[in-house]
Amino acid sequence: MTDIPSPGQTAPADTRAATVHIPASPAQRALPLHRLLSQVWANDDGLWGQITAVSHTTLGLRFMATAFVFFAIGGILSMLIRAQLATPDGAFLDTELYNQIFTMHGSIMMFLFAIPMLEGLGIWLLPKMLGTRDMAFPRLTALGYWCYLFGGLIMLTALLFGVAPHDGWFMYTPLSSAEFSPGINADVWLLGVTFVEISAVAAAVEITVTILRQRAPGMRLMEMPLFAWYMLGTSAMMLVGFPPLIAGSVLLEIERAFDWPFFDPARGGDPLLWQHLFWLFGHPEVYIIFLPAAGVMSMMIPVLCRTTILGYGAIVAAILALVFLSFGLWVHHMFTVGIPHMALAFFSAASVLVAVPTAVQVFAWIGTMWKGHPQLHLPMYHILGFFLTFVMGGLTGVMLAIVPFNWQAHDTAFVTAHLHYVLIGGFVFPMMAAATYWMPLMTGKRRIKGLGEAAFWVILIGFHGTFFIMHLTGLMGMPRRIDVYPDNPEWIWLNLTSSIFSFVLTIGFALYALDLILQATLGKRESRDPWGAPTLDWAMPIPSPNYNFASLPTARHLGRDAGDIIVPLARGEGMLPGAPRGRREILVTSVGDATPDHVAMLPGNTALPLVLSSAICVFVLLMLASLYALAGLALLPVAALIWVWVRGMAPQGAMTPVEAAPGLHLPIHHRATTTLGQSGLMAFLVANGTLFSSLLFGLAFLSVVTPGPAAPPSAVSAAQVLPAFALLAAALVLALGAMGWRRAGAAWAGTALNLAALGAVLWLAVQLENPTAHTRDALRAVLTGYIGLHVLVAAGMSAFVADQYRRGEISPEVPGAWPSCNLWQRYTTAVTLITLAVVIAQGVIT
Amino acid sequence: MRSVLFLAVVLTAGCAGPLSTLDPAGPVAGQIAWLWWAMLAGAGVLTLLVLVLVAMGFGGLRPVAARVWTHRLGLWFSLGVLSVTLGAGLWVGERILPRGDAVEVTAHSFQWGWRFGHPDGMGGWIAAEGVLHIPAGEPVDVVVTSADVIHAFWVPRLAGKIDAIPGRENRLRLQADAPGIYAGRSAEFSGVGYAGMTFTVIAHAPDDWPAAIAALRDEAPDD
Repeated sequence: MTDIPSPGQTAPADTRAATVHIPASPAQRALPLHRLLSQVWANDDGLWGQITAVSHTTLGLRFMATAFVFFAIGGILSMLIRAQLATPDGAFLDTELYNQIFTMHGSIMMFLFAIPMLEGLGIWLLPKMLGTRDMAFPRLTALGYWCYLFGGLIMLTALLFGVAPHDGWFMYTPLSSAEFSPGINADVWLLGVTFVEISAVAAAVEITVTILRQRAPGMRLMEMPLFAWYMLGTSAMMLVGFPPLIAGSVLLEIERAFDWPFFDPARGGDPLLWQHLFWLFGHPEVYIIFLPAAGVMSMMIPVLCRTTILGYGAIVAAILALVFLSFGLWVHHMFTVGIPHMALAFFSAASVLVAVPTAVQVFAWIGTMWKGHPQLHLPMYHILGFFLTFVMGGLTGVMLAIVPFNWQAHDTAFVTAHLHYVLIGGFVFPMMAAATYWMPLMTGKRRIKGLGEAAFWVILIGFHGTFFIMHLTGLMGMPRRIDVYPDNPEWIWLNLTSSIFSFVLTIGFALYALDLILQATLGKRESRDPWGAPTLDWAMPIPSPNYNFASLPTARHLGRDAGDIIVPLARGEGMLPGAPRGRREILVTSVGDATPDHVAMLPGNTALPLVLSSAICVFVLLMLASLYALAGLALLPVAALIWVWVRGMAPQGAMTPVEAAPGLHLPIHHRATTTLGQSGLMAFLVANGTLFSSLLFGLAFLSVVTPGPAAPPSAVSAAQVLPAFALLAAALVLALGAMGWRRAGAAWAGTALNLAALGAVLWLAVQLENPTAHTRDALRAVLTGYIGLHVLVAAGMSAFVADQYRRGEISPEVPGAWPSCNLWQRYTTAVTLITLAVVIAQGVIT
Repeated sequence: MRSVLFLAVVLTAGCAGPLSTLDPAGPVAGQIAWLWWAMLAGAGVLTLLVLVLVAMGFGGLRPVAARVWTHRLGLWFSLGVLSVTLGAGLWVGERILPRGDAVEVTAHSFQWGWRFGHPDGMGGWIAAEGVLHIPAGEPVDVVVTSADVIHAFWVPRLAGKIDAIPGRENRLRLQADAPGIYAGRSAEFSGVGYAGMTFTVIAHAPDDWPAAIAALRDEAPDD
């Protein structure tokens, strides 16, 4: 195994050690260290321990297990679809139920399986691979999980009661509007999915921060394991990709609930706005799903081929290119909506171009196989299944990017076949490989030989038997989403074949699940580092303990065979050995070179995430029940709980520096320059800014592109609103100025000024014209609400800081919540000024 | 040569059907079908290439130049293949656009059916439910609209599809080489009546077309 050097090939371990020199801690006895760490980091006992757990290992596994259950449910729904289509008159389901089932199949697989699965994988694996003990925000991990679970359960419950969404998983308006989808079906989708997306945004924020700030000292960006690069790309895309979907869902839900027209062409709205917002999310979504899968491929292939990855730099460049390009090709889902043909040519070219970085990765993986000596272990079977399936799916993707062909194939079974090739080939096969590869680390068990291989072959045959022929079904004219085809006997044998093989596929997945269950329960003990990997994730006992590392790896430990560093780390020779202060301590490093910056203390077990997500769930259910006044009241406990949550981060206890390694004293995070929390807030503001931009995009699109009726002349004169505009702008700018002063008085002044700004927003709100009349007024009302919410939060944050002064938590060395408060105030002031400028410009032009 | 011809005949027969894009009956659909077969051939070759390279990867240790894989194959080779594909797509795309003079008809969609409008030659329109009459051998532009939700107008043997979007007008060029009956349907999910949202296109010999439309006027209800 000694021929496996570091993941990045640029710097050998000794030169890296020279750039970040950290002396080794003295060796201790491993067992007492383990006992102490277990005491500090373990979950509480029993079922209560599951409720209060915030550990990334527990929650990562739970995310993945829950996602697998949803995969099984989605799979059962697909069986019902195939049973219905096996015969042309399909008397099996009635059409309404069929529509609910295919909508739920797509929605579950996308939002309740794929996304949570990759979140769970990242949450579980990243801290281990980067050499730290947990994610940056453990309580947020737990909050995300509960929101995911509750949102998913709401959608499943709706299915049980026959009121599930039935407009297709991309919910096109006006079909999904109140006029054509009365009842709560569409609301279940809009509210349920948005609830689940809290977990996506939360995961994206903490994955970004964990990768950038918690790498082992000396693990520079260009040397981190490729999986971290892939997840960084994924989380960046999630931060920018999900907000348009959330914005679209909120607008559509407001239209359904309050009749504010955003998508109604009779009142200046446009159904195409929904499609733009949906696919602005929906296409990056495909790469959000693919990148983590490609990430695990890039980790497993070199190890299974006993070599290093070929073209590390080229792969990093390909990831960045994919992240960038994937936001420029959403329109290829809309080639048939009647778009000017120059735009078609542009988006067609962009869609074709995105295949280039994908090809770079595929060829780098094959080159790695050439360079090394591939061994046909079970994960390698699934990797080969990936190559066969994903390449074909990628090529049909290129075909669909060609506009004339797209005009024929769009919305037919050809697209169904293509997307299953891409998603099962590009996500499910790599995930199956990853699960078999990392099972020993999850369970500590060795697998039972034979069953896994059999499952692979059954899945491979079942998959291609189902979907290969479906390309032809589509080209012979069968659209997706129909339930009967009595006039088209030529499709019968095609559909029957797909249906039969789909049951083979299901048997294969069942065998695969059985294999994992048998391994977890009956498998023999596996030895440490079974694959001889060079990454930190294997440099720990198996199954992994909650604290991951008894002492944190440093530059000396990077790029070495994991088996060689397990013992030194377990004996406390790395940084921050044990838990001598009885706190959950991790090391925070700088973004670029990963030099040690400070020591962060993470929160312990708590039920607060469950309580907060339950409070949000109450709000969602009241919205679903159309009890809007009560739903508004339900936000009060949510706000109170968020206050309690943030109080949990207040400075307390000893503020003395920590000796992280002999002679290396690091400040604790309350005295640090940039804490994890501030990095997280910045990541969140990126997502929030994208949401704001989506609203402005909607405003621009509806004013410029939409052909609908012009807005009626405004009844409110400029003289009536300009005083409120001036008050709002002045109050927010003054609040920003006050914050530079950093005294208790400044916090109180900030609170007062934000409350004055809130008053100005309310003054504007009462002058708003009827938002149901025209989309212009509806959008202005939404922007007013957006600003009002931000000003309200800014007032709350200033008050929080003032409260911290009252409690004596803030001192010249300990800034408390000041930096975060300041950041939020800057954002709020900026979006408010931009909005005022846009509204004034809109008023002047029209 | 003969076996290739035979294969072509078998393939075409196997792909025939009233809604088959692989059984084109007009120049627009024909161009697209040609593009498909070319792309299929290319995709087949590329898939084989990748699989052979993967299989050869099991050959044991050997010196490998990284840039050959990432740059020559990954970047330049794929860029070359993709440029050719894109070029072919743009070339076909230009040729099937609604350009120049054409007979204009209208297709108005609703949940769940189609109402077509035919020019009566005097500036008026003659309506027909579920059946669109066009002249064969001439380019026809269909102006597609919707009364309620989004639908899509699709006659696979004559042309690709275009969406019918409330609040907008879209235009699709199609042409039938010979008189005949061609099946059409909506291709955008529209609720419980979606599967049955079919229609028929009847292409008449150009000389018979005015008479066919005139006959429609006599049948048409006085609404």
